[in-house]
Amino acid sequence: MRAGFVTKEVLNGLRRNITLTIAVVITVAISLSLLGVGLLANSQVRVMKDYWYDKIEVSIFLCGQLSDSPTCSGGPVTAEQRAQIESDLKTLPIVANVYYESQTEAFTRFKERFKGTALVDNVTADQLPESYRVKLKDPKQFAIVQSAFSGRPGIDSVQDQRTILDKFFKLLGVLRDGALAIGLISVLTAALLISNTLRIAAFNRRRETGVMRLVGASNFSIQLPFLLEGLISAIIGWGIATGILSALKSLVDARVAPLLTFTNFFGWADVWNASLLLLLTGLVVSAIASFLTLRKYLKV
Amino acid sequence: MIRCENVTKTYSKQDRPALDSVTLEVAKGEFVFLVGQSGSGKSTFLRLILREEKVTSGRMYVAGKDLSTLSQWKVPEFRRGIGTVFQDYRLLPNKTVSENVAFAMQIVGAAPKEIAREVPEVLELVGLDDYGHRMPAELSGGEQQRVAIARAFINKPQILIADEPTGNLDPTMSVGIMKLLDRINRTGTTVVMATHDDKIVDQMRKRVIELENGLVVRDQVRGIYGYSG
Ligand SMILES: Nc1ncnc2c1ncn2[C@@H]1O[C@H](COP(=O)(O)OP(=O)(O)OP(=O)(O)O)[C@@H](O)[C@H]1O
Ligand SMILES: [Mg+2]
Repeated sequence: MRAGFVTKEVLNGLRRNITLTIAVVITVAISLSLLGVGLLANSQVRVMKDYWYDKIEVSIFLCGQLSDSPTCSGGPVTAEQRAQIESDLKTLPIVANVYYESQTEAFTRFKERFKGTALVDNVTADQLPESYRVKLKDPKQFAIVQSAFSGRPGIDSVQDQRTILDKFFKLLGVLRDGALAIGLISVLTAALLISNTLRIAAFNRRRETGVMRLVGASNFSIQLPFLLEGLISAIIGWGIATGILSALKSLVDARVAPLLTFTNFFGWADVWNASLLLLLTGLVVSAIASFLTLRKYLKV
Repeated sequence: MIRCENVTKTYSKQDRPALDSVTLEVAKGEFVFLVGQSGSGKSTFLRLILREEKVTSGRMYVAGKDLSTLSQWKVPEFRRGIGTVFQDYRLLPNKTVSENVAFAMQIVGAAPKEIAREVPEVLELVGLDDYGHRMPAELSGGEQQRVAIARAFINKPQILIADEPTGNLDPTMSVGIMKLLDRINRTGTTVVMATHDDKIVDQMRKRVIELENGLVVRDQVRGIYGYSG
């Protein structure tokens, strides 16, 4: 069969089934959009992780007046101990940089955080512990720092800010997985609709396909117009879905980002990557649905 | 051209065979009438020739192919060598007469130039020179059947199969269709036609094969319709 002839047959088919074609396009658009939102949620979680893990530190609190852990039984940290800890930290290869926070600095920060409350008046600088703020090259390697320093005389405790963030990201992860699951289910729905639509189209055109068969059309050429109709509907639906995701990105940039300054947001690259993945999904799902349906309903 | 050896066809879920151990041969260029009462197996026989159905047992050779071993993907190519005409014309209602005839050529991938040259020629052969732009619904039954014959003939098949082609036509139109089929037969095309039309069979005096309950009960050269019913 010639390309011109096939094109004409496909356009005729799409026109004759216009209501079903529209239904398929809308369903594909919606389901791919939902899946796209899931993909963007995934990107967003990744962006936030990068942003936050880049800022978190390990805090090594040194023994002070009020410390009561067993390692502080010898009283507040001595100058020797402090020097030893600092030089040990600086020789650890996984450490990116080390910052020493003195009691005075801790007090300044404390006053700032609890400004205007009664707490400020009841606390003095020497009640607050001095600490080392340690930034790791890879925040996941906290365990190494922990095993090297906790339990050492002069060190009260070793704290990882990651544990707090991890709870937050666990929650975000659940939300993201939910979005992806909804997206996948709706793509499945779209596949079923495509399959059903092609079944109806095959039934509506049984005269044509019957005649094609009689004059010796190959299986492939009988099925090709139907397959192309499914793919074209999927591509139009994908175009709409990409439009919706782009609109979402613009909305986030214009309205959400100025309000939520504590994080970065997914970029246009993430939108295009998601869009590419949606195109592949749309084509593959449509092709599989068509193939399975047509094999059953358009036998030679 | 067509050779059957003990061909039996039993449809699934049926206990009585629709064709029962049929053995016969049709030579190249022959014209054969297939007669017999309703349900005697005429259409079944034609469907086996076209490989729309598979034989249950026995061997069937058509146009040099052994149909029992012909693989499924080769069936379309095999069918391009066989033209088909049916009682209900089977035209595409949303295509013009020319487009209907051209369809058979487009399916086999003929060049547009070739199509533009041959479609008017065939329409002229079937006597519909000026009807190319009409829709099937604007034609009489006889004219529609001529379009169907034009479509069946345009790829120059070796065999033409006709299942009651005059079944819906009045006697004058039927005579016209028969003249056309006769003409096609004279170009060397083997024609096998199932019919209930006694007058036509008696007039043409061609080979007649009569089926009864799936059995060949008569095979007569220059035969007549020969039974009432
Ligand atoms: N697809 C089918 N499935 C099951 N049985 C069938 C099928 N087609 C035909 N039959 C049976 O096979 C037998 C022969 O049918 P066939 O259509 O070949 O008869 P026919 O000679 O063409 O009849 P008519 O003159 O009415 O067209 C009949 O008993 C019929 O009921
Ligand atoms: Mg019949």
